[in-house]
Amino acid sequence: MYNFDFVKPSSVAEAVKALSDDEAQPLSGGQTLLPSMKQRLNAPGTLVSLTGIAELKGVKREGDTLVIGAATLHATVAKEAAAHYPALAELAGQIGDPAVRNRGTIGGSLANNDPSACYPAAVLASGATIVTSNREIAADDYFQGMFTTALEPGEIITAVRFPIPQKAAYAKFVQPASRFALTGAFVAQYADGVRVAITGASEGGVFRWSEGEAALSSNFSADALKGMSGEAEGMIGDLHGTPAYRAHLVGVMTRRAVSAAH
Amino acid sequence: MTKVTLTVNGKSMSGEAEGRTLLASFLRDTLGLTGTHIGCDTSQCGACVVHLDGKAVKSCTLLAMDADGGNVTTIEGMANADGSLNTIQQAFQDHHGLQCGFCTPGMVMSASALLAENPKPTESEIRHYLEGNICRCTGYHNIVKAVLAASGQDANVMAAE
Ligand SMILES: Cc1cc2nc3c(=O)[nH]c(=O)nc-3n(C[C@H](O)[C@H](O)[C@H](O)COP(=O)(O)OP(=O)(O)OC[C@H]3O[C@@H](n4cnc5c(N)ncnc54)[C@H](O)[C@@H]3O)c2cc1C
Ligand code: FES
Ligand code: FES
Repeated sequence: MYNFDFVKPSSVAEAVKALSDDEAQPLSGGQTLLPSMKQRLNAPGTLVSLTGIAELKGVKREGDTLVIGAATLHATVAKEAAAHYPALAELAGQIGDPAVRNRGTIGGSLANNDPSACYPAAVLASGATIVTSNREIAADDYFQGMFTTALEPGEIITAVRFPIPQKAAYAKFVQPASRFALTGAFVAQYADGVRVAITGASEGGVFRWSEGEAALSSNFSADALKGMSGEAEGMIGDLHGTPAYRAHLVGVMTRRAVSAAH
Repeated sequence: MTKVTLTVNGKSMSGEAEGRTLLASFLRDTLGLTGTHIGCDTSQCGACVVHLDGKAVKSCTLLAMDADGGNVTTIEGMANADGSLNTIQQAFQDHHGLQCGFCTPGMVMSASALLAENPKPTESEIRHYLEGNICRCTGYHNIVKAVLAASGQDANVMAAE
């Protein structure tokens, strides 16, 4: 990879200042950014490490909301969210492998918005709020297609606020080589209805499966989705699965998530 | 170049690093600790796993400067004080858990992180935990046996092949 300057601020304010330079980019766990820099897909002039900023780390319960700092490790969420939002903790515990979970962070995953990443499904299905260095963004406005988000240059995610559902689960069909989701469904039941978010399937990145939501909001059971599947149009097709296969998995994985919801 | 200081296997060690210097290269090329291997260099294979502040990490996907001040354990720090193999290393030898040995440093470091978290893992927990460590030789069976044995459990409960 090309060389760059490295800075490691200890506060969000200093990080934002360092990122006002056009050539600067945040570095969180580096599990996605460093491999992409090795491939020279990315060549920032300065990397601003977020790993030394205490205010960006931690899992905190605030009433009916679970607040997770952007630089919180997947491994920490897997452990510390378990008592508050078990489905979210289980999702974090299935990302990659243990060494990836010991570096990778929720903020890095959401900023990257890989179409096959796990966290975007939890964030969208929970109707979570992305808190950044200068505003709050609703999940429904945040994800804007594969690898695209509402973040502006220089803006950093500082935390994610998850409303805690009555019941939820994530069902992931693992792509065996990468361990990302070939298709994953996150289902969350709230007092005012059910939300379903699908990752790994669509060329438009994570999306809400509205037909599934409607069926589950009147009857929260796998039977309510009997015979239903996604639309093949606009689904990803690659050597691991055709668009029709992924559309089928939308129904299958959502049913599995509903059966597992707790 | 910037000075990076780490505690490596209990000893304070320093060297110069560029922004882009990876922890794996810093350990191998600057500190001369070549036991940590670089296989894929893309965070897939786990040959480069070391412990940073007690946690297993892939040192090919971590900047040396980001680890500055940290406490690192590498395969060179695993043997007993008298130089004999530790329990995990000895179990790899006893159960033929390696052939070419390229993946072994990473396997041993991951196995030791597993046993620190979960001292009596089941066969399936071991297989699951080692998902990020790829071996092109052994077919994994004897590695899993070695980890079972290192945890004080009977490795013969596993099917022969
Ligand atoms: C072998 C392997 C398997 C994996 N398996 C999975 C999987 O199963 N599921 C899954 O979801 N992911 C998986 N991942 C990806 C992993 O979860 C990454 O950790 C994650 O996508 C990126 O997080 P990071 O903290 O490493 O971010 P980085 O790599 O440091 O950064 C990623 C991007 O986000 C930006 N960024 C980082 N933090 C912020 C912030 N706070 N605000 C704004 N921008 C920011 C960076 O500038 C960069 O563009 C895997 C990765 C590997 C290497
Ligand atoms: S060399 Fe680091 S994971 Fe392969
Ligand atoms: S022993 Fe050769 S790669 Fe594992």
